[in-house]
Order: sequence, then structure tokens, then C-alpha cells
Amino acid sequence: MTISALDRRIIAATTGGLPLTPAPFAEVAGWLGITEGTLIDRMTAMQDAGVIRRVAIAPNHYALGLTANGMSVWDVDNTLAVELGAQVGALEFVSHCYLRPRADGWPYNLFAMIHGHNRDEVEILRAQIAALLGPACRASDILYSTRILKKTGLRLTEGGL
Amino acid sequence: MTSLRRTPLAADALDATDRAIINRMQDGLPLVSHPFTALANDLGLDEDALIARIQTMREIGAITRFGPFFDAEAMGGAFCLCAMEVPAGRFDAVMTLVNAHPEVAHNYERTHRLNMWFVLACERVAQIKQTADRIERETGLPVLLFPKEHEFFIGFRVTA
Repeated sequence: MTISALDRRIIAATTGGLPLTPAPFAEVAGWLGITEGTLIDRMTAMQDAGVIRRVAIAPNHYALGLTANGMSVWDVDNTLAVELGAQVGALEFVSHCYLRPRADGWPYNLFAMIHGHNRDEVEILRAQIAALLGPACRASDILYSTRILKKTGLRLTEGGL
Repeated sequence: MTSLRRTPLAADALDATDRAIINRMQDGLPLVSHPFTALANDLGLDEDALIARIQTMREIGAITRFGPFFDAEAMGGAFCLCAMEVPAGRFDAVMTLVNAHPEVAHNYERTHRLNMWFVLACERVAQIKQTADRIERETGLPVLLFPKEHEFFIGFRVTA
């Protein structure tokens, strides 16, 4: 969809979140000088177009005990990669799942981020993915993050993202 | 951005109602004037009590945010996962060079020969390669590009 100038203002006003009040859209509309109905219409259009995935809470999975995560990577037969990737993505413990190109010294094309309460649990979940992939998977590895080196939120600039 | 709590809460920090709120509110609220009303009714709470609980859970770090989740790519941005093999003795110096680029959105140290993994976020696709080339020149190290070729639907939800 084409993002209008008003949409861009709405995005900028809500990237930090919505106010926790009974009528949060009315409050945001007040900040922007538009009516609540216009705001809800534009946000509904953006949700229908997939620009907004949903309006929801983000739980802090660390606070809720999911403190271990690993980026599992798999060398999956190309002819089966889309079908099997869809099954891996649907697993409740996988938060991101993509096909990416292989590289020199990097045979893996399927990436799946696994979350668990500890590394032992992550390894058990990884074995579940291995069982699901079966002989279509020729090699795999898992990369644990040891340090966050940088983390920024969504950036918005004039006229573009 | 407030700093993210990275340690578990005490087991009794949340009660059963709080946990039900977290489990239900990951799936999205209706875009209506009073988006909390239906959920409050379902949970047998009044709207103010529901909102107060969400507020408290945000304060103690059980919830990081309430609001719209945007798909940055659908808004026209370009993104690419990148990886580098950085010699241990140069790690911090290379990290400083890489992080200095505003296009570098996230950067993680990981347990692998490819030990630095970052995401480039640019306005246009062509800028991904340009930024990666600049990082290669500045560091003298190859930058591997792992663009998304297929994204799978995700069923991930945190059970509180």
C-alpha cells in the first residue's frame, strides 16, 4: 500500500506504543488533531494491508522465564525447503523462521530462532526440529548470542522509513 | 527506549489473571473506540482494573510495550541480516566501526566462526550493498549478506 503523510504521522506517534487508557485511539487522535474515527479508519487500512500486524502487547520473554535462545540453522534440500520451513515456523517455540541464501563455508539455508527456559531445553527443541526435517536435512548448527552489541528501535526519517 | 529486563520475575509476581491477560493480549485487540472492553468482560474484570493490571505489568517489566506492531518492510524499508568473522583481538574495534553506521539496527555476538551478526535497515534495497561495502572497506573484513528469501508464518506465543 502507499503510506500517506497522515499514515506516517500516525506511525511516528504510535511506534512508542499506545496510551493505556480506556479510549487510547481518541487520545492519539487528539495529539494528531484528527478525529478518533479517522485514526481508526487509517489504522484499520494499515492492518488490512499488513503494515500493522496487530495491536497487542509484547510480553518480555526474559521476564517470563524464556531466557535462552539460539539461532538454529539447517541445510535443507531445496526442493523441500518451503514445505518444511512452513512446518518449522508453525512450532510454538520458534519466533522467526526464514529461508536465506547459502554462502562459502555456510551450507545452511533455513534459519529458525528457538526460545526456551535454558540451553538444555533449547537443545531438546532443536532435536524436535531435526526429527521433523528428517533426511531432507544434511547438516545443522546452532548459534547462541553471547552479547547484544547494539539494539535500536524502528527508525523513521523524513519521507521514508 | 527503556532498558529491557533480562532476568526472570519471581514466580509469584503474576497471578492467574495477569497470566491470562498476557496470553490473550498477544493476539491483538480490536481497532475500536474502547478496545479493552470485550477482553475485560471475558476475564470478569472491569475495564479500569484490566488497564491497571497492564500498567503494573509494564512497570515490573513483564510486558515491554502495548501498541501496534509494524511490518517495517511493508512500509517500504529494506533489511538484511549480515555476518562477519571477526578475529578475537580486533572484536571491540570492529564492533565500534560497525555500530557507528546508523543503518546497523541490531548487532549480536554469537558462538560461531561467524561471530558478529547484525541487521542492516535502509530506506532502499541498493543501500544495503553500499553499506556492507563501506563496512568491508573500513574493517578490511568480508561481510556476508543473508537476505530473506522466504518468510514463514510464525505461531510463536509466550505462555505466561
